[in-house]
Amino acid sequence: MEYNKELIRDLENKAKQLRRDVVVSIGVDVAGHIGGSNSSADIVAALYFYKMKYDPKNPGCTDRDRFLLSKGHVAILQYAALSEAGFFPTEDLKKTKEIGFYLQGHPDVRKTPGIEAGTGSLGQGLSIGLGMALGMKADEIDRNVYVLIGDGELAEGQIWEAAMAASAFKADNLVAIVDKNNLQANGPVIERMNSNPILTKWSSFGWNVMEIDGHNMEEILSALDAADSVKGKPTVIIANTTKGKGVSFAENVVSYHNGKLTEETYKQALAELS
Amino acid sequence: MGYNNQRIAYGNTLVALGKENKNIVVLDADLGGSTMGKMFEEAYPERHYEMGIAEANMTSVAAGLAQTGKIPFTNSFAVFSGGRSYDQIRQTIAIGKLNVKICGSSSGLSDFGDGATHQAVEDMAIMRAIPNMTVICPADANETVEAVKAMVETDGPCYIRLNRNDYENVTEEGKAFKIGEPSVLREGTDLVILATGYMVGLALQAAEEVKENVSVKVVNVSTIKPLNQKKVKELVDGCRAVITVEEHSIVGGLGSAVAECLRRDKIPMEFIGIEDTFGSSAHNYEDVLNYYGLTKEHIVQVIREF
Repeated sequence: MEYNKELIRDLENKAKQLRRDVVVSIGVDVAGHIGGSNSSADIVAALYFYKMKYDPKNPGCTDRDRFLLSKGHVAILQYAALSEAGFFPTEDLKKTKEIGFYLQGHPDVRKTPGIEAGTGSLGQGLSIGLGMALGMKADEIDRNVYVLIGDGELAEGQIWEAAMAASAFKADNLVAIVDKNNLQANGPVIERMNSNPILTKWSSFGWNVMEIDGHNMEEILSALDAADSVKGKPTVIIANTTKGKGVSFAENVVSYHNGKLTEETYKQALAELS
Repeated sequence: MGYNNQRIAYGNTLVALGKENKNIVVLDADLGGSTMGKMFEEAYPERHYEMGIAEANMTSVAAGLAQTGKIPFTNSFAVFSGGRSYDQIRQTIAIGKLNVKICGSSSGLSDFGDGATHQAVEDMAIMRAIPNMTVICPADANETVEAVKAMVETDGPCYIRLNRNDYENVTEEGKAFKIGEPSVLREGTDLVILATGYMVGLALQAAEEVKENVSVKVVNVSTIKPLNQKKVKELVDGCRAVITVEEHSIVGGLGSAVAECLRRDKIPMEFIGIEDTFGSSAHNYEDVLNYYGLTKEHIVQVIREF
């Protein structure tokens, strides 16, 4: 499918804005999940500013698509998207993780508008998304549930329980996106749990599988749109990404999974994302 | 009406409530024939989800269903629905105050044949320690019917602990269940027994046996959490000792909950329960209860010590 060049450029700029918001919300000398935020930023921009239907003035409206951040530790990325989408003021991002504030270290459904369910204990978002997908089907709401999963998170057994269940229930309104950045908190993913061959694993579990470059906006849009026409089975999009994407010193560096920025690296990161 | 088994009462009540309330959905993990989720499945197959042998997934799926306005009940043996799914319950359901109802079936020692792996002796302690969680342990089948109605009417996470076996009712049929309110089943002035679940019946029998010498008040505490502290203090006011009786570890269950309520009171207490150990297989329910001292005789003995 051909996409308007202007649309692609706008979405790429949105993704860059989300990355800037992430850096600003992390700030200086406080650890923050810049690596996994930046690897997911293009996907999240495509979902919030192209694909999903929602209403920031009425976050609970029934006729909405839903997004679950199963890799809940990059909450700052979702907060960036929600604020840019109008759910709450962007200037509040700087106050993320302040004691008692509505922007917690992980998504909190009771505190933050636009959050669909609490996540952060890894491996559970796909199951929660399946529950939503089944509930929406029961109510004949023709919208989708999108669940963003980290590739390190695939080590959690519950992911595969959910994968088998979604297949059994023919949950074709459920779309999983695996942010395959190849690194987890403490090192390379495949040295810990070998998730390869990742495509055939998912297809053997009964899923429709697509593989894309997770930083190529056209490929992201194309995969999300293609998922709509798949009937009778759930879809997974394996998105090949770079951890820390867009900030040169953080790209593919394990310590920036949850790293601190100095005054200097903070400025450099914002300059590279300008 | 009138059931003599909590599981049967539970299954029938869900079917009855599900007739009017289309938001009620039931999830089972391959044990619907035991949890009596199968009754709901037969009545409303489109609102019953058979989730296979995967309790963690079942519990998180229920969280998702709740977020679409459903009132999901997750069923399994208590060791699985409450124990195995602890993290799923804590992280998404309890922190989010989601409207998920968790049924711990065949709890305590009531699954006598299967032994320690299947006997939940610590489920109330686990569930009670989770903020936002309501914990209900009905005394009998009659109370189970009313408790399930109250659970549907009350928004938020709730755990209900049910017994596997048949036994006589000790509470009145059709008496409205008020979450958080202990109820006096027998008046008395010397000692107060606070009991829960199956042990309520044994406490009443023990009180009857000693009535010539000691006047024992018997209170049915069917909501373990929230427990009305003011009410507990009123109930024990003026008595010379408090005894708690539960088919659960003495660590973290009813005894602990009552002790928390009375922590500034200078009143002697004794806990009757399972002494920080796992269960065991037995040929029948009575044998396993006897083995762990969960008997009328043991309650009588403790009463006489005060």
